[in-house]
Amino acid sequence: MSLLTVDNLSLSIGDFSILRDVSFSIEPGEIVAVTGESGSGKSMTAFSVMQLLPERAKSTGQIRLEGKDLLSLSEPQLCAIRGNDIGMVFQEPMTALNPVKTIGAQVMETILIHTDMTPAQAEEQARDMLTRVGLPPDRFPLSRYPHELSGGQRQRVVIAMAIALRPKLLIADEPTTALDVTTQAQILDLLKELVAEFGMGLMMITHDLAVVSDMADRIIVMRHGEIVEQGETRALFADMKHPYTRALFEASGHQVDLPDAPDGPDPILQVTNAIRDYPLPRTRLFAPREHHRAVNDITFTIHHGERVGLVGESGCGKSTLTRAILGLEPLQSGSITAFGHTVGPAMNPALRSGLQVVFQDPYGSFNPRHKVARIVTEPFHLLPDPPTGTARDTAIAEALTAVGLKPEDAQKYIHEFSGGQRQRIAIARALIIRPELIIFDEAVSALDVSIRAQILDLIADLSRSHNLSYLFISHDLSVVRTVTDRVLVMKSGEIVEQGDTKEVFSNPQHPYTQTLIAAAPVLPQVGKGAA
Amino acid sequence: MLRYSLKRLASLVISLAIASLVIFLVIEVAPGDPASYMLGINAQPETVAALRAELGLDVPKAERYLNWVGGMVQGDFGTSYTYRTPVGQMIADRMWVSLPLALYALTLSTLIAFPAGIYAAARRGKPGDMAVMGATQLGVAVPNFWFAMMLVLVFAINLRWFSAGGFPGWDKGFWLSMKSLTLPAIALALPQSAILARVMRSSLLDILSEDFMRTARAKGLSRRQALWRHGLRNALIPVLTIIGLQFSFLLAGGIIIEQVFFLPGLGRLIFQSISARDLIVVESVVMLLVFSVILVNFLVDLAYAAVDPRLRSRT
Repeated sequence: MSLLTVDNLSLSIGDFSILRDVSFSIEPGEIVAVTGESGSGKSMTAFSVMQLLPERAKSTGQIRLEGKDLLSLSEPQLCAIRGNDIGMVFQEPMTALNPVKTIGAQVMETILIHTDMTPAQAEEQARDMLTRVGLPPDRFPLSRYPHELSGGQRQRVVIAMAIALRPKLLIADEPTTALDVTTQAQILDLLKELVAEFGMGLMMITHDLAVVSDMADRIIVMRHGEIVEQGETRALFADMKHPYTRALFEASGHQVDLPDAPDGPDPILQVTNAIRDYPLPRTRLFAPREHHRAVNDITFTIHHGERVGLVGESGCGKSTLTRAILGLEPLQSGSITAFGHTVGPAMNPALRSGLQVVFQDPYGSFNPRHKVARIVTEPFHLLPDPPTGTARDTAIAEALTAVGLKPEDAQKYIHEFSGGQRQRIAIARALIIRPELIIFDEAVSALDVSIRAQILDLIADLSRSHNLSYLFISHDLSVVRTVTDRVLVMKSGEIVEQGDTKEVFSNPQHPYTQTLIAAAPVLPQVGKGAA
Repeated sequence: MLRYSLKRLASLVISLAIASLVIFLVIEVAPGDPASYMLGINAQPETVAALRAELGLDVPKAERYLNWVGGMVQGDFGTSYTYRTPVGQMIADRMWVSLPLALYALTLSTLIAFPAGIYAAARRGKPGDMAVMGATQLGVAVPNFWFAMMLVLVFAINLRWFSAGGFPGWDKGFWLSMKSLTLPAIALALPQSAILARVMRSSLLDILSEDFMRTARAKGLSRRQALWRHGLRNALIPVLTIIGLQFSFLLAGGIIIEQVFFLPGLGRLIFQSISARDLIVVESVVMLLVFSVILVNFLVDLAYAAVDPRLRSRT
């Protein structure tokens, strides 16, 4: 008998149908990945198994855990199963823990809810579990609070909580999406070990096919609330039957057709020995102020027409560097010049207009009460005589057409667009003023893979038609690899390695670059007819 | 935690120093000379000058400020211009009514608001929630003096359970005094509890949608257990802020209720001394109220830190 059997599960909330006829099973010790883009219903499938659904949700079909139909159980019976037979790990380790309780208390709680153990015994077991997930009490006492731990460490606490009672089934909902690649690799290894050690079934929800291909015994591909394809991992990758699976696979490893970079050095951005310090709070009243050096002695140049990537993990200083390049952060030493002039508040606005930026969260960077026309023309305030009337309309229409939208879209509001379309609008806003250099700050990180592939194609097309130069900042190595000519690798405020993108990726010199590349999950080289 | 407390304490002292200066300057700027006011409009200039000298109004302002602050630090608040009695004593007498009344009202308000707010949050959008929210809407809207008069009408005049007003004094017996403060405390507590219940509800609802509440449910806690064990303490911070503000308001803001119930409290004292230009009393009472506000804020800050470990480690 399977550990978990889901039979014809359908779920609706009000009039919205969320899941339709979902059927699959998980054996003990098996890792099953449920993958798909946002809105595919993969998380709702997980929450259906937990029976932690919004109040108005109605489910039909069967979810059997070792033969028991969870849909027929009462709420108290379900409470006895959650945390005991089924454990769950969540996406956001930063918010999944209660900020006002110690990690020890939170792990102990799982044990105390379901067993008759005394608090002392539960503490002992919590200690063991935390040690098992890599948080030994001598270095991470049980009295620590979540805010005293890093994201990866918090995720370990969440895992310890979920496995404290050795559940039969572990559900992990995007457990590594919020983590850096090296941390991601460690957490994935930990999950794999735990599955083997405890003989648990693991249902892993993820959007990342590369992670899936490394981890899972079986894969379930979902779209619009339905399973489009499922099968054993190798077999599925070798012979993808459904066109959507193939599209998803293609989009995940999407390679853009980047035109050759123009020859001849023509520097447009020059960063020379840039240093940015942040003052730390004083430890004693009259102690001298300590500083945190976020950007440490960085030097690089971007030439006209060049596409440069900047990779590094969270906290490496890449965001600080970005803001400094935009003139939003003062430097303590060194200089940043664009087009031969120092960037900063004193820069001539017309020159400054040559430098534009596209951020990660398109929605957050727009005023929701402005129409698209007003949003994309925002950079015009930098010009001494901005176009008006027909010239303005033409500029808007051109910018929107260039990013694959229609000129009529100018009269719409931002909420009428999807995430990918919003990112196109953000790019249109940067393009409208014909900038020399665009900074893409994690510009595709929040997008689904198929949308991401489209935006990457758009960037490649634009660099062909507009002879674009850009600095592409991302934590995602596979994206940087395809969309840049040259790459800078940043760690602890310093650039540890830089060079031709292909060169760096195929033959990394610095140990940190080697670690990064080794940690990044890769798609298998299959599916193109030759398995 | 100690560092945090000391820092808050330092900020308390600085706030007090600034507040005393502002109060002194504002009251000095206010028109009206207490000496000529006390002596009436027909008084001889010499008599007024003599009284000014007696009251200490003729010395330079800086010196008067320092004398006033210095005296307060030693517990000497000066002598009332109109009553010719020590201000410290006057305030102390009134404090014995106003402070217990404020605490009484605050206790009642919290006792009503917490269960109501938690109940409503746990039943969001259901009839129970709507009933509580409707009641709090009414509680906020009803003027407290009208409500006070209704209380007097029902419980003092018709049912004769309580007296309609006055305060016997604590020396006449604890329970008797508490009884005479009960109707005023209810009248004061009602609108406050309505506000507090709404804050409690919305704060708790914010917390209920947090990720860690889902984690708690995934561990096997029931909805109710998760709310009590993980929701409440996190929801407490905005609630504590409101409680602190309400206490300060209750201490002096009960002037209308004090009038309705003939209570010799701080509110009436400050009203009387303002109309009599008894500046030294006004200054002292205002200073005392500022002190209580700052002290309560200090206590609220400490309570924040007790509730939220993230504040403790932030230096």
